[in-house]
Amino acid sequence: MLRYIGKRILQLIPVLLGMTFVVFLIIRAIPGDPAQVILGQQATEESIKALREKLGLDQPWYIQYFDYLKGLLTGDLGESLRTRQPISTEIWPYLAATIELAIFAMILAVIIGMNAGIISAWFQNSWFDYIAMVIALIGVSMPIFWLGLMEQWAFSIELHWLPTSGREEVRNPVEAITHFYLIDTLIQGRLDQFWIAVKHLILPGVALATIPMAIIARMTRSSMLEVLRSDYIRTARAKGQKMSKVIYKHALKNALIPIITIIGLQTGLLLGGAILTETIFSWPGIGRYIYEAIGYRDYTVIQSGILIVAFMFVMINLFVDLLYSVIDSRIKYN
Amino acid sequence: MKRNLLLNVKNLETTFFTEDGRIPAVDHIDFHIYEGEILGIVGESGCGKSVTSLSIMGLVPSPPGKITSGQILLSDVDLTKQSEKQMRKIRGKEVAMIFQEPMTSLNPLYTIGQQLIEAILLHNKKMKKKQAQAKAIEMMGLVGLPRAEQLMKDYPHQLSGGMRQRVMIAMALLCNPKLLIADEPTTALDVTIQAQILKLMKELNKQFKTAVLLITHDLGVVAEVCERVIVMYAGQIVEEAPVEELFKNPRHPYTKGLIQSVPDMRYKKETLYSIKGNVPKPGSIAMGCRFAPRCEFAAERCTTENPPLYDVGEMKVHKSRCFLQEMEGSEIAEHVIESR
Repeated sequence: MLRYIGKRILQLIPVLLGMTFVVFLIIRAIPGDPAQVILGQQATEESIKALREKLGLDQPWYIQYFDYLKGLLTGDLGESLRTRQPISTEIWPYLAATIELAIFAMILAVIIGMNAGIISAWFQNSWFDYIAMVIALIGVSMPIFWLGLMEQWAFSIELHWLPTSGREEVRNPVEAITHFYLIDTLIQGRLDQFWIAVKHLILPGVALATIPMAIIARMTRSSMLEVLRSDYIRTARAKGQKMSKVIYKHALKNALIPIITIIGLQTGLLLGGAILTETIFSWPGIGRYIYEAIGYRDYTVIQSGILIVAFMFVMINLFVDLLYSVIDSRIKYN
Repeated sequence: MKRNLLLNVKNLETTFFTEDGRIPAVDHIDFHIYEGEILGIVGESGCGKSVTSLSIMGLVPSPPGKITSGQILLSDVDLTKQSEKQMRKIRGKEVAMIFQEPMTSLNPLYTIGQQLIEAILLHNKKMKKKQAQAKAIEMMGLVGLPRAEQLMKDYPHQLSGGMRQRVMIAMALLCNPKLLIADEPTTALDVTIQAQILKLMKELNKQFKTAVLLITHDLGVVAEVCERVIVMYAGQIVEEAPVEELFKNPRHPYTKGLIQSVPDMRYKKETLYSIKGNVPKPGSIAMGCRFAPRCEFAAERCTTENPPLYDVGEMKVHKSRCFLQEMEGSEIAEHVIESR
C-alpha cells in the first residue's frame, strides 16, 4: 500500500511538471506586460524597462522557466510580481476561503444528492423518483451565475434572510487564525460570528452545490438500481433483513465506488475555485485570486495558483483511489 | 405413518402486470409439503418454479408481480395475509432459501462471518455476538466447511463455488427453519460438487428434520434426493407423484418427454430425444391444454379445453393433467389416431 502511494506520488511529478510548462507558456502568450500594468498608463519607457529588469522579465523565457522550477524544487512558490509578497503566505487566506466553501457545498451535495438517489432507486418509478430526477436534470443544466443572482434577489434583497456577499460583516471582522472562519470563530468562542459565517456560506454554498448534487443523485440512483438487482440483495432479504438495512448496509456499500469517484472529481473541481460563484458572491477565494492575477498579468501568481489547484485535484483523486480498497477488499494495490 | 402438513399451497396465482398485459406466471397451483419431506419441483426455465418459491418467501418483485389469489398456509398461518414486518420474522427463521448462484448470492463486501452472524442476530435479538460467532462456526462445521474460524474472516471471493454454496446452506439453516427452499442449488456447480451438495442437503434434512422444497430442471437431481415430485409446465402443475412412481409410470406426455430427454449411458443412440418446440411465452395460451402445441398426442379437444388434474390410481398420490387419463384402451388408441 505505502509503495503504491509512493509510486503514485512519483507519477505526479511529470504531470505537474508538464502542467507548469503549459501554463507558463500560455500566460506569456497573453498580450500585455506586468511592468506596464503595475506602473500604469503614464509610465515612461525607462521606468518600465527598469522594472522589467528588476522582475527578471527581460530574461529569455526558458531562463525564467528554469529559475521558477529551481524555486519550486526548494519549496518556493515565488513572489507576486505585483505585491512583492511570497505567494506561499499570500495565497493561504484565499485557499482557506475556497476550501471552506467547497467542503460546505460538498457536504450539502453529498447528503442531499445521495439520499435522493437512494430513495429514487428504492422506489423506482414512484412520484418521488420522477420529481427528484426532474429536479436533478434541471440541476445539472442550471446556469450557476443565474441561480446565484436569483438566490441573492430572493433571500437577501426581498426576504433579508441572508447576506448577499462576502465571508464576514465588514464592521465585525473575524480575527483570522487558520482562515477557516467556522473554525476560527469557534476557537475564539465567538458564536455570534460563527452564525454570521454560516449565514454567509449558505447562498454561495447552495449555488455551488447544485450541479454536484444533481450529478451525485443521478449517479447514486443508477448505481443503486444496478446493485438492487443483485442476487446478494435477494439473499439479504431472504434472511429477513429490513428493507432500509438492506438498502443502506448491503446495497449502498456496493454502489459506492462510482459515487465516490464523482464525489472526488466534483470536490476537485470546486477546490479549483468556482470563479463565477466567487465573483457573484464576492467570495475571497482562490478562483478570484487567480482571476485578478490574470488581470494584472501577475505571472508568478497565476503559475503557482494553478499549480496548487492542480496538486489538490490530483491528491483528491489519489485519495479516492485509495478509498476503493478500503470499501472493496477485492481491490488491492501493490 | 401419518405425517403432519407443513406447507399447504392452495389455488396460488401470482401475476405479473407488465406492459404486455397480465401474465399469470403461477396459475392456480395446489400442493403441499409434509414436515421433514423433500419435495421436488421440476420444469423448464420459465415454467413458474422460481416464482412459486418467491411467492412463498413473499419476495416476488413488486411491482410488477403480485400474488393475486390463493393461500399459502405454513402451519396454518396464511403467508399471503402477513404484513411485510411479519414476513420478515418468518423469512430466515421459519422458511429459509438458498439460490442458484452461489457465486453472486453472498455480498462481496462483507466477510462470511459478518453475513452469517447477521442472519443469527436478526432472529435472536438477545444473543451476544460471541455466541452468534460460535454458532456460526459450529454450523459451518456441520455443512462440511474446513477451517471454519479462518473462513469467518474471509470474503466470498476467496471461496470456491462449492464452498460458497455450503456457506449459503449454513446461513439458511442457522435459525433452524422448518422449510428450506432450494432454488436450483446445484445448477451452477461442477458435477462432483453437485453430488456433494445434494448429499449434504439430504443429510441435513435427516439431521434437522427440515423439510426441503427443491426446485430444479434436472431430473437426475430429483431422482437422487426427492421423495415426491411436482412437474410444472407454463405456470401449472401437470403431474404430481412419488419419485419412484413418476419415473416408473409417468402419465403426462410432458413428463414422459422430460424423462426420455435424459441421456442414458446404457444405450448407444444416434440422437437424443427432445421435446419439439419451446415453452410458450407466459400468458400466450388462452385456451386448451398448455402443452398441446408441443404434444404428440394432442387432439382437437386438447386445444379447446384445459384438462383438470386427474387422480391416477386409487392411492390419490399420483395426479396427471391430461385427458388420456380419462380414457380406456380403445379410446386412447382413437385419440392418438386423431392426433396424427
